[in-house]
Amino acid sequence: MINKIAESIEKALTGTADGATVLIGGFGTAGIPNELIDGLIAQGARDLTIVNNNAGNGDTGLAALLKTGRVRKVICSFPRQADSQVFDALYRSRKLELELVPQGNLAERLRAAGAGIGAFFTPTGFGTELARHADGTEKETRVIDGKSYVLEYPIRGDLALIKAERGDRWGNLVFRKAARNFGPVMATAAARTVASVHEIAELGSLDPETIVTPGIHVSHVVQIARVATQAGGFKAAA
Amino acid sequence: MSTYTKRSKDALAQRVAQDIHDGAYVNLGIGMPTLVANHIPAGLEVILHSENGILGMGPAPALGAEDYDLINAGKQPVTLLDGGCYFHHADSFAMMRGGHLDICVLGAFQVSATGDLANWSTGEEGSIPAVGGAMDLAIGAKQTWVMMDLLTKKGESKVVQQCSYPLTGIACVKRIYSDLATLECTDKGLVLIDKVDGLELAELEQLLGLPVAAAPQQPPV
Repeated sequence: MINKIAESIEKALTGTADGATVLIGGFGTAGIPNELIDGLIAQGARDLTIVNNNAGNGDTGLAALLKTGRVRKVICSFPRQADSQVFDALYRSRKLELELVPQGNLAERLRAAGAGIGAFFTPTGFGTELARHADGTEKETRVIDGKSYVLEYPIRGDLALIKAERGDRWGNLVFRKAARNFGPVMATAAARTVASVHEIAELGSLDPETIVTPGIHVSHVVQIARVATQAGGFKAAA
Repeated sequence: MSTYTKRSKDALAQRVAQDIHDGAYVNLGIGMPTLVANHIPAGLEVILHSENGILGMGPAPALGAEDYDLINAGKQPVTLLDGGCYFHHADSFAMMRGGHLDICVLGAFQVSATGDLANWSTGEEGSIPAVGGAMDLAIGAKQTWVMMDLLTKKGESKVVQQCSYPLTGIACVKRIYSDLATLECTDKGLVLIDKVDGLELAELEQLLGLPVAAAPQQPPV
């Protein structure tokens, strides 16, 4: 019998190795699996590479993980936010490496990892600073039908931590509103995916027409208490 | 010197909105471009896209009705219109990169006469770089429009022969909507679409330090 429902976050995250690449879902505060990130902090893996669209809000969740000093590198599209003070301080003191990736390249590089694609040519970033490797050398380019493209490689995760709304024991997931964002594509791109859900559904009770992430991409489903998503990432109007 | 009045931010947003066609799929960038949503003429159905997986994005919710699982690219709470839908990030960016959006409206630090865009970084030492979806939007939409003041606070032209700030994309901007004039970027340079009353073409060219060709006729949108 398949039962991907984990008794606890601790059990779901057991075995996360030092040096792991961890894909973390969410856009701003929407879809950020805070409970799973807290679990990763408690689990204690170090020297991590974190992939997220942003680089933490306030002092909780991803920001709290960065604060532990166990993150070596962040791969993201938009670290600078109104409340990204934890990242900002670490970056400025050179305690954290940043790979800045155009958001569409981030999504597509994750998709490529999940779809078994070796690399892909994209026009995004051509002729810009972001078409360079970390050492400053230019990424490979090609002209196809008169248009210029940059070669981009997949981003594979050892672990993905994502937040969904409901899940069943086969790992099928449905999401809530725009909290879906990177969750489904990260689930496909990691060797192991842990999803937090607010509700565990009986097998067969999720409408198969509306399942967004099929259970094949999910290793563990953990139930968490329902907490309303908090605002973050922008300057509130005075 | 002639006398003229600059377009206010709302007047500029209204000018942009005037060129958006019924049924258009549109992405409005963070900042000034979001104002355009307030000026889309009644009776037109324009579908707003948000990079974080929304088509049919509606206005801000009533105070107290905010749901932070339903936010825009600027992380601010929004609503979903009837007929709207959600999708994941790879699908959202495939929409943007695959040429499915009719129009995107972006802010800019600089635009070159031939449509190069610089809008993600001023390259300032010690600043934290952030790009988000700017590079995908700039080269992915069917038409990329820039909405900005024509001059910096110091009075320097933001329309330039060649961008000095880091590029977002090459030859990707089709139109510049500004507080003084609307300009088309072409491979031969700038073409005038319209300008505020009282501003002479020669004066506009002087402000920009660039030649501006008079439009032969109103080009179709």
